[in-house]
Amino acid sequence: MIYLNLFLGFLRVGCFAFGGAYGAIPLIRDVVLSYGWLNEDTLTYMIAVSESTPGPIMVNLATYIGSSQGGLWGSIIATLAVILPSYIIILLVMAVLKTLIKNKYVQAILRGIKPCVVGIILATGVYMILGNLITLSHKVSVKTQPLILTIILAAILLGVKVIKKKKVSPIMTIIISAVLGVVIYGF
Amino acid sequence: MKKHQILLDLLFTFMKIGLFTFGGGYAMISIIENNCVERKKWITHDDMMNITVIAESTPGPIAINCATFVGYQQAGFPGSIIATLGIVVPSFIIIFLISMFLDNFLEIVVIANAFKGIKVAVGFLILEAAITMIKKMHKKMFPKVIMICSFVIMLLINIFSWNFSSISLMLAAAVISLVAFIMKDSSTQKGGTEK
Repeated sequence: MIYLNLFLGFLRVGCFAFGGAYGAIPLIRDVVLSYGWLNEDTLTYMIAVSESTPGPIMVNLATYIGSSQGGLWGSIIATLAVILPSYIIILLVMAVLKTLIKNKYVQAILRGIKPCVVGIILATGVYMILGNLITLSHKVSVKTQPLILTIILAAILLGVKVIKKKKVSPIMTIIISAVLGVVIYGF
Repeated sequence: MKKHQILLDLLFTFMKIGLFTFGGGYAMISIIENNCVERKKWITHDDMMNITVIAESTPGPIAINCATFVGYQQAGFPGSIIATLGIVVPSFIIIFLISMFLDNFLEIVVIANAFKGIKVAVGFLILEAAITMIKKMHKKMFPKVIMICSFVIMLLINIFSWNFSSISLMLAAAVISLVAFIMKDSSTQKGGTEK
């Protein structure tokens, strides 16, 4: 019955997880604790692992929890269950998108949402860069190692853009930053 | 290109995207834009903007939503399945191996340090995605005001950890824009009949 529970539990997460991973984590905690699959400490550890491995956090968590409860089949079932709702929703949206997008009221709504999403993404980027540099706990203080890393990475990105007139690809940016992390934190 | 070639191309491209998606959905907008818009030209920037909006207003990870959308547009139903599975497979394998063999994954120093570096890159990638979008935005007063207001409010939400989700913010922007449109629409209609 664990397979059915994993499927239903993660289907629920997939249906109601709005706003990305940070909206999903409370939902997953709810499901996991209500079925009694894991204790709080193990779950916290799994969240941290899911954040530091590639892939969407909530899919990673589903794989991890599924595997811990039901081995290979458990992880497959939990992973498919968590992506199934968004998969179906996008197919449905695409079926009506062409007609819908011509509607003048839908266009009016999109005119408001689009710049709003841009603002949200901009704020998230700025906050993440600053959040890495500054601790706000008791008094404001700047962390040296992240500051060095940020400056070097910014210099590389800007330098390549100016000299080679080409952007560093996002995947290359990730690889460079991982190497920088190992070097700067390692010594 | 033959159908199975398109499917293979979708599979490998989305596996690559899946392997390099870190830190939630926003960072992967840059990676998808770079691969699907600039290199493969599968979708346009406008499509990408629409996907982002749809992904933000529906449940589920942005990565999955994007993969399904692009896959379906390129190769119909099979394409959508291949692209969606493609984005999941790399992380599935990694997590499955960790769960089987590594009890102390986070204590491996090299990985922890690499990840601290990647966290910095994620901020830059998100910023880059936002800048690309701003450059392509309509240069009118209304979207600029909405963009700046959302930026300031979202930044404050993050800094003070307010319990106010980005969904509510988007809903507010939608309502404001719709009301503004209806008011303008009815006033031009009135103006038209009076003439």
